[in-house]
Amino acid sequence: MSDIAIRVEGLGKQYRIGGKQEKYKTLRDSIADAFSAPFRRAGQLLKGQAYGAAGLSETIWALKDVSFEVKHGEVLGIIGRNGAGKSTLLKILSQITEPTEGYVDVYGRVGALLEVGTGFHPELTGRENVYLNGAILGMSRAEIDRKFDEIVDFSGVEKFIDTPVKHYSSGMGLRLGFAVAAHLEPEILVVDEVLAVGDAEFQKKCIGKMAETSESGRTVVFVSHNMVSILNLCNNVILLDKGSIEKTGYSKDIIDYYLSSAQIDKTGNSVALAQRTDRKGDASFKFTHIKIMDKNHDTTNDILSGESLTFHISYSASEKLMGQPLRITIRIHNMEDQPIFAVDNAFTGQNFFITAEQDTLLCKIPSLPLLSGQYSVHLWAQVGNEVADSISQTTLFTVHSSDYFGTGQFPNPSRHGFVFVNHLWEY
Amino acid sequence: MFNDSLPEPQLSSLPHLRIQPSNGWVSLHLKEVWAYRELLYFLTWRDIKVRYKQTVLGAAWAIIQPFFTMVVFSLFFGNLAQIPSDGVPYPIFSYTALVPWTFFAAALGASSNSLVGSANLIKKIYFPRLVIPISSVISGSVDFLLAFAVLLIMMLVFGIFPTANVIFLPFLLLLAVMTSLGIGLWLSAMNVQFRDVRYTVPFITQFWLFATPIAYPSSLIEDDLLRTIYGINPMTGVVEGFRWALLGTDTAPGPIIIVSFLAATLLLVSGMFYFRRMEKTFADVV
Repeated sequence: MSDIAIRVEGLGKQYRIGGKQEKYKTLRDSIADAFSAPFRRAGQLLKGQAYGAAGLSETIWALKDVSFEVKHGEVLGIIGRNGAGKSTLLKILSQITEPTEGYVDVYGRVGALLEVGTGFHPELTGRENVYLNGAILGMSRAEIDRKFDEIVDFSGVEKFIDTPVKHYSSGMGLRLGFAVAAHLEPEILVVDEVLAVGDAEFQKKCIGKMAETSESGRTVVFVSHNMVSILNLCNNVILLDKGSIEKTGYSKDIIDYYLSSAQIDKTGNSVALAQRTDRKGDASFKFTHIKIMDKNHDTTNDILSGESLTFHISYSASEKLMGQPLRITIRIHNMEDQPIFAVDNAFTGQNFFITAEQDTLLCKIPSLPLLSGQYSVHLWAQVGNEVADSISQTTLFTVHSSDYFGTGQFPNPSRHGFVFVNHLWEY
Repeated sequence: MFNDSLPEPQLSSLPHLRIQPSNGWVSLHLKEVWAYRELLYFLTWRDIKVRYKQTVLGAAWAIIQPFFTMVVFSLFFGNLAQIPSDGVPYPIFSYTALVPWTFFAAALGASSNSLVGSANLIKKIYFPRLVIPISSVISGSVDFLLAFAVLLIMMLVFGIFPTANVIFLPFLLLLAVMTSLGIGLWLSAMNVQFRDVRYTVPFITQFWLFATPIAYPSSLIEDDLLRTIYGINPMTGVVEGFRWALLGTDTAPGPIIIVSFLAATLLLVSGMFYFRRMEKTFADVV
């Protein structure tokens, strides 16, 4: 009990949303209402009850009966689908919004990072924005003075530090914003999906900085859709679903559970992939479902090196895409999110065309050339000449070591890399 | 089981905060606003810094507005309508009133829109929300100083020297700040819920301009009691106070100022409590 940083007890948050539209039967009714509504609303306003101009009546619980504890120095990940209540929970922890019921006890200063570069003003220079943003995030001027060089160094925009931020590329703005945030030193850090932005190299730098943060004994609560960074950073994970805690435990267990539950729901058809919003394209073409089958045609996420593996990939396509040529890439990434290899119907010279609004493609890898470890699957599609969809980490799978070469030798991924290559020696 | 049983002194010394639903009227937490004074400083500094970016005339705008209003007033009210001006040349009579008035009107406009304009901040980070309207009022002070400098030049031109009462000017300016902030707090909090406020502010400002003795002297009201009641409009106290301190007009502002001060205090305190009460809904609604 003594080393608790955050204790959440019976937390709930209710939002008012637009209720059913009243149907005006006659013009007279609607005119009468137009005259009486301002008085009704003004009454509510003065009583301090108004929650919005629309007179919202229906309510939903964005969060209901959530309880958990975070110890000092723990890095807690929060995962869940869109609308599961992750952001609401973070907003309560960072005091942006009040809970409707329950309470949170926080021991230590909380720094919240729900957005990169909050309060950046385009007319101000990079230097001025560092000070402004730092103050908004709760740093004192002396603290920013002290860390200024380090911040600029981290951001890598030294050359443009006295240029107004409106002339920055979006990437530069983000880097500068993150650089300020990365130098916050509260005891408790609350972070929303901020790593999803920026280029891959900078993301790695940020993850490194966050890992440093957690090693220095700071408590971190971290929301992400990026299962790889959750796995890399967090000890424990909470899975939220529809506003309540569905499961909590060690990161790997919960992520495995989450990804597998995303694959097989009641109808046997995944909705999770279809609902993801962190994707490219205009949604006329969407990957809806992916599953991995082993040589016995059983759905699995555990596979042995050298065994056969089949990806089942389902997609939906709008009618206007019928007859269009389709190219699909399946890319396999390791846990550091580096691509290891890719398979593609263009590589094999096979031409696909969209012929149905819902369809499933199979891709078989006869002998999986991966060493043991965890890998994620990235899906990418091109329809005609346009990138139609692109989603990272559609699923994770674990490869277990096996006697790939049939010689009793088990290569080690930390020394021998990630792939098996068939080879012949002569001497 | 709570932190009194903590073994490590280092942990028990960490600040403890309980986040829970609040009900009804909440305390003002002015101490917390004080703790965030650096943020207040930076937000004000940002407002001042970006105010005239990408304008051709820049800070001249701070002078143009009251000065040309003075010219128009002098033409129509001073020359054509022959409105009395307490024995002072009409241009300087009206400009002395327009300087604090312009500050007030700008502060009112800026503060009532401040929360909606900072929606992005409110949704993404916690800090005492009072900081936002306060900084928007304070950032008008630079414009005030510029317009005031022109006033001093005009006084020199007209050969009028300020009276010793000039030491009360900061107090009078404070009265203008209190009034604009008081109204600004009410309006900004309401504006979050009802964007009608945006359309109301220009109307209120115009109405208030004529309800304040700017184009005319309050000495037009001959009854002493009625004139004191006129002080319920706190800007009456400010404007008459400015003339009394700078130009030495003999409308001794004593009772008017006291009434104005009480009215401004009431506005400010009620505005703060209303603001604090509505504060918890800002992030969800704005």
